[in-house]
Amino acid sequence: MSDLTDLYQQVILDHNRRPRNRGKLPTANRVAHGDNPTCGDQCSVYIRLEGDRIAEIGFDGSGCAISQASASLMTTQLKGKTAAEAQALFDNFHHIVTTGEAPEEISDVAAFAGVHSFPARIKCATLGWHAALNALKSEPTDASTE
Amino acid sequence: MSTPDWAALRADFPTLHQDVNGKALVYLDSAATAQKPRVVLDALQDFYLNHNANVHRGLHALSMRATDSYEAARLRTAKFVGAADPAEIVFTRGTTESINLVASSWGAANLKKGDVVLITEMEHHSNLVPWQQIALRTGATLRYVPVVGSDAELGLDLDALDRLLTPEVKLFAFGHGSNTLGIVNDAADLCARARKVGAITVVDAAQTIGHQPVDVRAIGCDFLAFSGHKMAGPTGIGGLYGRKALLDAMPPYQLGGGMISVVDFFETKFKPSPERFEAGTPNVADAVALVAAMDYLDAVGREAIAAHDRELAAYAATALAELPGIRILGPRPGQPRAGLVSFALKDAHAHDVVTFADQDGIALRGGHHCNQPLMKKLGLPSSTRASFYLYNTREEVDRLIVSLRRIVKFFSGV
Repeated sequence: MSDLTDLYQQVILDHNRRPRNRGKLPTANRVAHGDNPTCGDQCSVYIRLEGDRIAEIGFDGSGCAISQASASLMTTQLKGKTAAEAQALFDNFHHIVTTGEAPEEISDVAAFAGVHSFPARIKCATLGWHAALNALKSEPTDASTE
Repeated sequence: MSTPDWAALRADFPTLHQDVNGKALVYLDSAATAQKPRVVLDALQDFYLNHNANVHRGLHALSMRATDSYEAARLRTAKFVGAADPAEIVFTRGTTESINLVASSWGAANLKKGDVVLITEMEHHSNLVPWQQIALRTGATLRYVPVVGSDAELGLDLDALDRLLTPEVKLFAFGHGSNTLGIVNDAADLCARARKVGAITVVDAAQTIGHQPVDVRAIGCDFLAFSGHKMAGPTGIGGLYGRKALLDAMPPYQLGGGMISVVDFFETKFKPSPERFEAGTPNVADAVALVAAMDYLDAVGREAIAAHDRELAAYAATALAELPGIRILGPRPGQPRAGLVSFALKDAHAHDVVTFADQDGIALRGGHHCNQPLMKKLGLPSSTRASFYLYNTREEVDRLIVSLRRIVKFFSGV
């Protein structure tokens, strides 16, 4: 079971049980939806962009512990970031989950290094991130209609 | 009939005897695809090693042998499903292609605005999407027979079926066995009800063909679709039973060699069924190997296999019901169920369950099981399925339960 404890680290279990920033954001002006047709996982990301920075971010959807924890942790990372910074954080995250190489600085995202031993689950870990990056690229939505 | 020696039969399946993640494999995913006995693998190899040639029109020895074997496979398949005439068997890639054939050919030629195509809420996508799309193309209306019960435990709503069976219903397609619920529908009864309004019936027998006797004349259907790989045969081969008169009146599905009688530069005469529906070089080797699978299943006895699968599924459902926070789909524990159990755990998502079980060497399926609309109706994003076949044992079910207990403990944090 050592591989699995690597996969389901305490950080991941914690974010899965107590997701941060979960729920639709009424004030969002950028929204994108991601899904995983093979497994049915879904994730919507709601962003309120203020200038070029993410002022608020939320997510909802359903999926496995990896996808939900990843989306939750992502929201804590992206708050206050620009689109370019978000892309850089995703690149870093993607590197971690595909290579298993954790960053040198101590960080919660390192918990996802175990995912790389389970290639079928990489798409779970990146689902929320893809939705967030798509939201940032999307046309502004009228928050009041949400 | 003597009881088969199940332990000895298990030895016939080479794939089962391996370690996965350091543990002896427990294969509980036969509803997705069954493992193959050595006789099937031998038949496949024997065809390629000793008899390989293209069929029909061949005048040399190997081609005649291959043609004889291919037509013998058709005859054997007709016997296996209870068809009176081998010309009522069309070889296809499997259930999906068989249903697509009926939808594209019969559907396109016969459906029009005002007609109704009736299917059920428990259909696999392969018996849903072709009807949905042909209805959109022809302007026909698609309607669903609902499933009853918060966990679909009561199966199809037969009162609703009778209300839905109006004279506008031109075709009624349904799954013989659900791949998610562990419910086997009374196909003969459903076809009898549909026949009263003159509807053509299509039975998706993918989940039942290898697990119990299936007889098209006893069922009284117009079409029946099935796959070889779910009945211990090879992938890439399956069949469509169709009433001869219906098949002969249907336009071709694919066009090319093998299905023509006369071709001119600007017109073509097509062969009668079944050749009309088998354009191109057919899957001869897999058809031949399918015979080995049918012979194998009949030697074991399909009644005996049904009893074995059902006993294991009942045993599993009863043990699973003890797990905290579990929701079992389909029949309640203690009620009769076909050879599979789908369930959802409150604290652990199906994909996490499957990943954990895989670490214990246990092969499960997690997701929507190609039943997205049904899962949506039941309010579940996904479920986990354990499915059983003649080679599975009670000890394997026990290992599943041990693994699931640990998973529940891990994710609930208690």
